[in-house]
Amino acid sequence: MILEKLILATIIFGISLFIAMYATYLERKVAAWLQDRVGPDRAGPYGLLQPLADGAKMFLKEDFIPTNADKWLFIMGPGIAMFTALMTSAIIPWGTDLVLFGRTIALQVADFNIGILYIMGVLSIGVYGIMIGGWASNNKYSLFGAIRASSQMISYELAMGITVITIVMMTGSLSLRDITNAQHGMNWNVFYQPLAFIVFLICSLAELNRAPFDMAECESELIGGYHTEYGSMKLGFYLFAEYISMFISSAIISILFFGGYNFPGMDAFSGNVLAILGVAALFMKIVFFIFVIMWIRWTLPRFRYDQLMHLGWKSLIPISLINMLITGLVIAFKNGWFNS
Amino acid sequence: MQSLSNKSKVVSDKPMTFMERLYLPAVFGGMWITFKHLFKKHNTIKFPEKQRIFAPVYRGQHVLKRDEKGRENCTACGLCAVACPAEAITMTSAERKKGEEHLYREEKYASMYEINMLRCIFCGLCEEACPKEAIFLTDRLVPTEFERKDFIYGKDKLVESKENPIDISLRQHTGKRTEK
Repeated sequence: MILEKLILATIIFGISLFIAMYATYLERKVAAWLQDRVGPDRAGPYGLLQPLADGAKMFLKEDFIPTNADKWLFIMGPGIAMFTALMTSAIIPWGTDLVLFGRTIALQVADFNIGILYIMGVLSIGVYGIMIGGWASNNKYSLFGAIRASSQMISYELAMGITVITIVMMTGSLSLRDITNAQHGMNWNVFYQPLAFIVFLICSLAELNRAPFDMAECESELIGGYHTEYGSMKLGFYLFAEYISMFISSAIISILFFGGYNFPGMDAFSGNVLAILGVAALFMKIVFFIFVIMWIRWTLPRFRYDQLMHLGWKSLIPISLINMLITGLVIAFKNGWFNS
Repeated sequence: MQSLSNKSKVVSDKPMTFMERLYLPAVFGGMWITFKHLFKKHNTIKFPEKQRIFAPVYRGQHVLKRDEKGRENCTACGLCAVACPAEAITMTSAERKKGEEHLYREEKYASMYEINMLRCIFCGLCEEACPKEAIFLTDRLVPTEFERKDFIYGKDKLVESKENPIDISLRQHTGKRTEK
């Protein structure tokens, strides 16, 4: 049992790293396509070895720590960012049960009954990586980036949490497995909660520090923000953590709103075939959302800081609150709580 | 004030309508534009494999031509050096000895001829000044070097070899030379 989970965890670890690796490649390719360019095409066929070349470059660079930096925190920052990014993948249900060698294997490392709460918690810890990194660098730009990142995350976590609560209200469970199973076939949450989906997508972008909410990095005004002073593989860790988070966020969006491993016509299959097709469906959704996130990045310019706060506090939170209220009323009517 | 080009727009600071404040229509509009660009043809020329054809008027590295018998055209008259606005050209002349008729076309020739490629602005005035059709600018690029002294090109780099002459036929149809 333990061995089974260990193998599954290792596989998921490998897959997240692999996807994050090729997300960097895809990012550059998507950017190129959207701008009528070719993108990386020199390393290997179609430039497919580019991530390896990038990794080798990162490893071979000088590992530099500024004199006035807080040495231990400086080293800890990227570690925390990477650790929290990887930790989230533990509770994602990748597919229905797989039967191998007479054993039933659940394609989920841990089925917490409070899965979504765990995700929100780990996402909030994620900001520590950025904050500690920015603080330890002892650089004004890094500190600016870190402060912006933390305030942005606090602001957007509220709206995100409220939209998650609407989904939880509809399902009646905090477990991601239950939320997925409630969306059997084409019965996806996005058709019932389109507004919540849009709010959740915007908040995910903000939580990921992706454009148009990349206030924490801001190449053009903060010269890299919290990772200004970082180089070598420590910088690589930060960038990699961002792409892993992107992968996990896409997975969470797919699970909460697009039915996870459910796909239309899934009743025609059963057993292992269903499990494998479900995993394939989930990964297709994940890749699609990774693409959408990149697509948004290469379309929209960055928000100004005050606009960001306006959007978060004055628009998204009221919208998600009203949405939650209406959902609650509809659920109450359906269950006949007003009849008595 | 009256508009001259009819292209000016009147700027207004009226408050945004509700649809504009939603931002989403504008966001989707922008995303649709970028999406259309996904399927557009790119203009990239993959350089080392495919090379772009230079325009006939392109002015690159110089060549000192030989005539049809393989003799150097240059007579070291110095007109190119005078014409050069960047003062990149310098030369010393020498008298042709008996038995050197197969090397130099006329009685005087350049024993040393140098162009400083760091000074040269590739304006092509040396080519225009030359009365002997000796110097031409070609479509070749000047390669990069590590040392400044390597950019001073002597006769060894400038004079074309007898075996593979540099083709300048395209160059002939660009300037005033053809009309004469």
